[in-house]
Amino acid sequence: MAMSHSTPMEAKSLRQKLALRGIDGVTLLVLPSVIFVLAIFIYPFFYGLMLSFSPMREGGMFANYAAFFSDPYLYNTIGATLRLAIPVTILSVAFAVPVAMRVRLMKRQRLLTTILVLPITLGTVLVAQGMLNYLGPQGWFSRTLMLIGLVDSPVKLTNNYWGVFLSLVVTVFPFTFLLTLSYVTGIDPALEKAAATHGASSWQRFRHVMLPLLVPGLAIAFCLTFVQAFAVFPSAVLLGAPSGPTRVISIAAAQAAFEQYDFTMASAIAMIMGVVQLCIVLIVLVVRNLFYRGATSGGKG
Amino acid sequence: MQLASMPFNEIRLDRMSRAFGALNALREITLSIRKGEFIALLGPSGCGKSTALNCIAGLLSTTGGGIYIDDKRIDQFKPEDRGFGMVFQNYALFPHMSVRKNIGFGLKMRGRPQSEIDIKVEEAIALVRLQGHADKLPGQLSGGQQQRVAIARAIVIEPPLVLMDEPLSNLDAKLRLEMRAEIRRIHNQMKATTIYVTHDQDEALSLADRIVVLRDGVIRQVGTPHELYEKPAHLDVAEFMGFRNRFAGKVISREGDRATVSAGSFSVSGTVVGALQPGASAVLAVRPDDVMLAEQASGGVPVTVDTIEYRGREYVGIARTGDGVEIVFHADRAPAQGGAVALSIDPARALIFGA
Repeated sequence: MAMSHSTPMEAKSLRQKLALRGIDGVTLLVLPSVIFVLAIFIYPFFYGLMLSFSPMREGGMFANYAAFFSDPYLYNTIGATLRLAIPVTILSVAFAVPVAMRVRLMKRQRLLTTILVLPITLGTVLVAQGMLNYLGPQGWFSRTLMLIGLVDSPVKLTNNYWGVFLSLVVTVFPFTFLLTLSYVTGIDPALEKAAATHGASSWQRFRHVMLPLLVPGLAIAFCLTFVQAFAVFPSAVLLGAPSGPTRVISIAAAQAAFEQYDFTMASAIAMIMGVVQLCIVLIVLVVRNLFYRGATSGGKG
Repeated sequence: MQLASMPFNEIRLDRMSRAFGALNALREITLSIRKGEFIALLGPSGCGKSTALNCIAGLLSTTGGGIYIDDKRIDQFKPEDRGFGMVFQNYALFPHMSVRKNIGFGLKMRGRPQSEIDIKVEEAIALVRLQGHADKLPGQLSGGQQQRVAIARAIVIEPPLVLMDEPLSNLDAKLRLEMRAEIRRIHNQMKATTIYVTHDQDEALSLADRIVVLRDGVIRQVGTPHELYEKPAHLDVAEFMGFRNRFAGKVISREGDRATVSAGSFSVSGTVVGALQPGASAVLAVRPDDVMLAEQASGGVPVTVDTIEYRGREYVGIARTGDGVEIVFHADRAPAQGGAVALSIDPARALIFGA
């Protein structure tokens, strides 16, 4: 603290003043990323926002939004997307927790993690294409079921809701799992030991110790998974019924942009999509705030 | 099935062993602990003391032998079914629960009625003197307070056995002394059977009814603090008990349990531990407090004083013999640094071990 004794009379140079606020030469290193974010994210966002307010149709600046919310073929896409994204997200998170709880105790974590992460690297289109063959009427899945005699005719799992649902789970699960695993392994193992020695069964340990400490992390995992699932596009087209129950909101936006060449309408739909996502994320974060959100270790390290 | 509050007479380890692959961390530990006894497991790091504690808690499985409460064998029980209380080195308090909820955790898991939990938790809070902190989260407490919560959480379930894993090692020196007295007070009041793991002989001496010294997974000696302090059975136990000065040499004469060891340029008399005949190689060990400045230069070991430190009531010096053997000694006056003096060693307090 000896340095702070300099009298106010001593003028500090600009460099010193900036350094006191944590700004120095190294700070300049953030410039490239700031420029990148401005050019690739902030500017296009505001450009799109403005575009959505200058419609090609009659009816003033809100005409695109009015058109969206007066046409059931358009506004029903919100419900269709939510009906896919929310169950997929809940299922992924619900699956990820027990798997992560088990994997954290395993010695060959890396092998299993690699297998689980493969779908991410393959991309949604490849997964969707593969599942189209595998789950299709002539695919192995139906043929095996028929061979065993469980069903008489092929199970319909493509070109409908369930096809999209399954392929979404496959593509988002690894991501959810990896996030969840990092939260689960972040909890001090001594806490579970303490719970066990004080009489908690494995379910009680999960319910009273692990779960409450996991909730904040799971909320984040839920939000990120949900945002991914909400933007579903390739699998909804390839595996779903793109004009029926899996007509998701991104299909509506794509049609506006590339079939009707109305970029202002497409921008408006994209904005609506963003607002819906934001609402869900906010709800989840508000709920998260009701829980404990502090350290996940049980004392001094 | 719960063992808590069960009346019993003793807890017995019968040739309890634990191997990690080819490494034997614990070898046939046999010990019986009476109800109400405070046992300290003392040893250097890596001696197996924490492994032993974890085996008793059920957090590690044993690879041989058994653990019994009276005649009931419990080593196959899961930790939650043993009903013991445990205090962890880093406290392991549940960070999302208030002090009250942390302390009541064990009772809640046992499905006790809330009214009973409330009463017992209040009693435990009073016992560890945390009134006024009951609704805080662990993160809002100091290290010493957190450790009090951990102790209260372990004893509130009235377990047949409380396990403590170096509970004071994360505290600073002053707080450590305070908490040591606190643990002693709580033990005197509750009479909970306790196994306390530590590498600090002061803690073991001041807290325990009996000390078990472990080394390389084997029990080296079991005894009361007094027995271990006065009559360590092995050189390594003696080292733990503060016998800092050690002279390696040969036994030159023996009379009864008194013998003389020649260590290079000088010879010292001491008390033989075990059977040593003249000619055997031996190590004589003595505490710094039992090495004093000799009244006459002729009677003692001639040395040169290296350093001298003032410790308030007395001086502690480090000196060197002609052939470079270091001796730590206590003195009531300060000899000149670099000066030649003679040190006398009390033969009744110097112990001779076989080497």
